[in-house]
Amino acid sequence: MSTGTFTPAPARAPMRAILRSQIRMELVLTARRGEAVVLAMGVPLLVLLGAGLTDVTTVPGDDRLAFVVPGVLALTVMSTAFTGQAITTGYERSYGVLKRLGASPLTRPGLLLAKTAAVLALIVVQLLVLAGVGAAVGWRPDAGQLLPALGVTVLATAAYSGLALLLASVLKPETTTGAATLIYVLMLAAGGIMFTTPDVAVVLPLAAHAEALRATLSHGTGVPAADWLSLAAWAVVCVTAAVKKMRWE
Amino acid sequence: MNAIEVRGLRKTYRGHDAVRGIDLSVARGEVFALLGPNGAGKTTTVEILEGHRPRSGGEAQVLGEDPGTAGRVWRSRIGVVLQDADDAADLTVTEMVRHVAGFYPDPRPAAEVIDLVGLTEKSTSKIRALSGGQRRRVDVALGIVGRPELLFLDEPTTGFDPAARRQFWDLIRALATDGTTILLTTHYLEEAEALADRLAVLSEGVIVAEGTPATLGGRSAAGAKVSWRDGGVQHTEQVADPTELLRKLIAADTDLTTLTITRPTLEDTYLALIGDHR
Repeated sequence: MSTGTFTPAPARAPMRAILRSQIRMELVLTARRGEAVVLAMGVPLLVLLGAGLTDVTTVPGDDRLAFVVPGVLALTVMSTAFTGQAITTGYERSYGVLKRLGASPLTRPGLLLAKTAAVLALIVVQLLVLAGVGAAVGWRPDAGQLLPALGVTVLATAAYSGLALLLASVLKPETTTGAATLIYVLMLAAGGIMFTTPDVAVVLPLAAHAEALRATLSHGTGVPAADWLSLAAWAVVCVTAAVKKMRWE
Repeated sequence: MNAIEVRGLRKTYRGHDAVRGIDLSVARGEVFALLGPNGAGKTTTVEILEGHRPRSGGEAQVLGEDPGTAGRVWRSRIGVVLQDADDAADLTVTEMVRHVAGFYPDPRPAAEVIDLVGLTEKSTSKIRALSGGQRRRVDVALGIVGRPELLFLDEPTTGFDPAARRQFWDLIRALATDGTTILLTTHYLEEAEALADRLAVLSEGVIVAEGTPATLGGRSAAGAKVSWRDGGVQHTEQVADPTELLRKLIAADTDLTTLTITRPTLEDTYLALIGDHR
C-alpha cells in the first residue's frame, strides 16, 4: 500500500490477524528445521513399526499394536511439546528473538499464545498421521472414549510446554538442547512405550499419558484415576513454574 | 508535549543500582544520543523506555503514556532496535520484514525498507546466512518497518563497515527529516556528533553532562589552542577567541605556514567527563 495525501487514518492491525501470521510463521520455521521434523515424526514412526510389528521387545497382552500405537502417540506429543519446543525457545531466547517479538505489537502474551497454537496444530497433524499409519498396519482404535483421550492429551501438552519453557528460561541454549534430548531418551526408555515397565512409572507424564491413551483408544475404557492425577499434577506444577521463571532474554 | 519525559528514573538489580535518578526530555522530532561507557546504564534506560523492563522508581512518559503499562497501540507507534538481537532464523530477509510489517497498522512496503537499509541484494537470502553487520541491518529494517513516531536505536551500527555506517547515518537523517523522534545510544562519538541534535553522557547511572554536540561539557567555551612555528621556535597559545591573536600575528608579518587552531574534540570532552566521574 502506498501512502498518499488521502491515506485514511490507520486502524490498528487486528490482533487476530497478527496471531494468525505469527502461528503461520512458527509452523514455517518448524517445517524448515529438518532435524526437528525427523525427531518429531521419524522416531515415533520407527518405534511404531519396529515395536508394533516385530517381536524385538516384550509387551503385555497379545495385541502388540494395541499397546504400542497409543504409546507412540504419547511419545509424539512429548517430542513436539517438550523437546522441540525447549530447543527452539532456548535458541530464540539467546538470539533475542523472544525479546524483540515481545516488544513488538505482537506482545508477550500474543507470542506465547501463537507458540501454543502452533504446537497444538502440529500435534494434531502428527497424531492424525501416526494414527493413520497405525490403523493401516492393523491397529483397531475404539472411538468411544475419544473425549477423555483428548483431555489427557491437552493436560500432557500443557505440562510439556511448561517444562520446555522452564528449561529454556533457566539454562543456556546448548544445555537446554542436551537436557531436553536426554530427558526424551530417558522417558522413551522408562516411559512404557516399547516394553512393559513397572506400575510406578505412571508418575512420569509420558507413562501416564501412554497408559491413558491405551485405556481409551485401544480398549475403550475410561482413564485410570492415577493417570489423571499424575498428568494434572505435572501440568499444574510445570505451568506454574514456567510462569514464575519465564525469561525473555 | 515531549516525546520522552523522564524524572528521577531509577533501576536496581539485586542491590546494584544500574540507573540512579535520571532526568531526560526529548522533544518530538529530535535526535537524542545517549553516550557512556559499558555498564553506565544506557541500555537499561532505553529498555525501560521501550516498555521492556520495569523501573524501580521515578516517572516516565513516552509518547504520553507510561511505558510500564502502555498497550499494543502504543507499541505500534514505537520502533525498537535492540542491542543484542542476533536472529539466525531460517527465514529470508523479505519474509522476515514482511512478517513483522504485518504487526503494524500502516507499515512501509517491505522492499522499500530493505532498500533503505541497503540489503536489496540479500533480500532472498536466509538471515542465518548473513554476516553480523548485515543481520544488524535486518534489525534496523524491523525497527522502522512500522513507520514509528519514536525510534529507539541501541548501538545500531556495531559491526558495520565504514560505508554501511555512512549509509545508515543518511537513513537516520532521512527519518529525522520526516519527523521521526530518535533516541540513540552509541559508543561512536563521531556518530553522535554526526546525528544528534542533543546528547547526554551517562556514567555510573547518572547523567554527567547534557547539551548539543557543540556545547557539551563546556566544549564551546573551552577556547582554542593556536600553534605556529616561527624562525624554528614552536609557539602555542591558549585563547578564548583566536581573532585578536591572529590579527596581531598577521600585522607582525609572522610566518603562518604551520598555523593550526584546535578546539577540544567531542572525544576529548567525553573522556574528560567520564574520567571525572570514575
